[in-house]
Amino acid sequence: MIKAKHDVDVLEKCPTGIRGLDEITKGGLPRGRPTLICGGAGSGKTLFAMEFLMRGARDYGEPGVFMTFEETPEDLAKNFISLGFDLPDMMSRGLIATDHVYIERSEVEETGEYDLEGLFIRLGSAIDSIGAKRVVLDTIEALFSGLSNTAVLRAELRRLFHWLKDRGVTAIVTGESGDKTLTRYGLEEYVADCVILLDFRIKEQISTRRLRIVKYRGSSHGSDEYPFLIDERGFSILPITSLGLDYPVSTEHISTGVPKLDAMLDGKGFYRGSTILVSGTAGTGKTSLSAAFAAACLRGERCLYFAFEESPSQIIRNMGSIGMYLARWVKKGLLEFHSARPSLYGLEMHLVTFHKMIEEFKPQVFIVDPISNLSAAGTTSEVKSILTRLIDYLKMKKISAFLTDLTHFGGSLEHTSEEVSSLIDTWLLLRDIEHNGERNRGLYILKSRGMAHSNQIQEFLLTNQGIDLIDIYTGSGEILTGSARAVQKAGEKASELACRREADRRLRVQERKKDALEAKIAALRAEFDAESQDLHLMAEEERQKQAVLAEDRLEMARLRKVEPSAVRRSARKRRGKGE
Amino acid sequence: MKAVSPGKGKKAKTDSTEEIWNLRLYVAGQTPKSITAFANLKKICEDHLAGKYRIEVIDLLKNPQLAKGDQIIAIPTLVRKIPEPLKKIIGDLANTERVLVGLDIRSVSK
Repeated sequence: MIKAKHDVDVLEKCPTGIRGLDEITKGGLPRGRPTLICGGAGSGKTLFAMEFLMRGARDYGEPGVFMTFEETPEDLAKNFISLGFDLPDMMSRGLIATDHVYIERSEVEETGEYDLEGLFIRLGSAIDSIGAKRVVLDTIEALFSGLSNTAVLRAELRRLFHWLKDRGVTAIVTGESGDKTLTRYGLEEYVADCVILLDFRIKEQISTRRLRIVKYRGSSHGSDEYPFLIDERGFSILPITSLGLDYPVSTEHISTGVPKLDAMLDGKGFYRGSTILVSGTAGTGKTSLSAAFAAACLRGERCLYFAFEESPSQIIRNMGSIGMYLARWVKKGLLEFHSARPSLYGLEMHLVTFHKMIEEFKPQVFIVDPISNLSAAGTTSEVKSILTRLIDYLKMKKISAFLTDLTHFGGSLEHTSEEVSSLIDTWLLLRDIEHNGERNRGLYILKSRGMAHSNQIQEFLLTNQGIDLIDIYTGSGEILTGSARAVQKAGEKASELACRREADRRLRVQERKKDALEAKIAALRAEFDAESQDLHLMAEEERQKQAVLAEDRLEMARLRKVEPSAVRRSARKRRGKGE
Repeated sequence: MKAVSPGKGKKAKTDSTEEIWNLRLYVAGQTPKSITAFANLKKICEDHLAGKYRIEVIDLLKNPQLAKGDQIIAIPTLVRKIPEPLKKIIGDLANTERVLVGLDIRSVSK
């Protein structure tokens, strides 16, 4: 319909409304052209076609014709209901028309030349009856088993696809997979525009559905195999491999739910949107730490908790025992648990489920406990690829991810069985510390990108008021935890007390010494004072004696009645005497 | 149904207790194949079912909705409505032998 300026048809696309498909195909199926959907039995071809038709009729205002070669209209209606579409209602509203084409070879004799004009007429009249824009032929290959003249059939199929194009309807033609070819009867030869392959694989008893766009003429498209899910809401296909490393980052910190752990992480906690891994052996408190983080609900955030080992009620009960009451968040709709055995379905399926749940629940915090169980559903490289895609996706969505990893005894702790350590932003390690016939838990931060985190091992305590972290005793060259730490602490306290007493005692001795010294000093001073006083007295006496002598001399002179000159003379004499 | 041609008056007479064969020929316009088929059918009927058959020619171009009822896919298609069971022969009916087998006429004419 849309013509570009250069008189070249720009491929217009017809949105399918199928979740994920329009992203992979960058807009939908080629409008006005037939698309071949091929796949084995039970791969979901019919459901795919149905959803395409129904969503077209309901969401895009494009009525559709469903021409079935296999199922009766009653069966068809049942199938539609399974996806939540009410076929009879849609038909009565003129949105969908169906036609059941039935051909039984034993009832039909072929003689001479014929063509399939009857089919064209039927299809044409169905299209005209509702003004259909979409057509499904499911599956036209049935004609091959009904009619023996394949030369005619092939010529007519070719004509049919041309005819569909001429009518300008967007058509889906389904076809059963052949041994070596995409379809058993080579329908792909006729439908040259777009071919989609649905695959249903079972590996180690676990099935995965996958979708691949084999070809899409005139359009770029994702070329990977995309896992998909069929549930009561139809198809979900995930364009999951096309994520890059250009997600936005946040500088906001969020609490870990354990104040002391926040303190270890630069005093603020994790970055929002970062990926946190907690690894540890069994029983080291991974789930408890997860539950503490789930307390993000306290901030009014939504938290999605995937439990691969325990049922939600069991987690709620167990966490209640350490003072974390999760049930209230569940009740408020802030916390949602999803429990499933990892072996329930394939890895891709898990990823699809993650995506679907995240899309639906829109959490800010996402917890998987534990990721190590996923390895039961695939090989290491598969698990890694799945987790990479999951983590990328979560980062795109700025969802903080909290993953736990169960490491096995004997294995290296600083190694994840899924080899995802490089994808992790903050890695906490929980470990057992065995000492003196006692096992205690220790926690430390192996890494935490973008923050100055503590390098200390903390003892990790589960109390009935929640999680507590205590500095580990690292005094005399060994690490002590638990009762050993308590004993050590008591011992230290005792010796500290003793030390203090000793110091006091010494202080007192010193005090006494000082007193004694001061007394001595006082005595010496008194002696000295006494001496100096004596000295002073003596000097005074002497001075008085002199004074008396001088007076005596004056008295004598006066008595001798000498003239003043005589007094002077006598004074000179005295001076001479003194020389 | 409107494209009637009930084998012309003389052939449509019901002179015996035997039931009248009710044959429907589905065509889509006046194509060479349709014309051939009709001519072939008429000849076979005249030769083997003289007087006890009725041919109804249905042009699907005029009545497309009728194609659904008899499950018509190929053109031309001959449908034996009566006697039961329903039989279908597709093609221009050039091979008389096969048409006779397909319609189970041999046994009747004997």
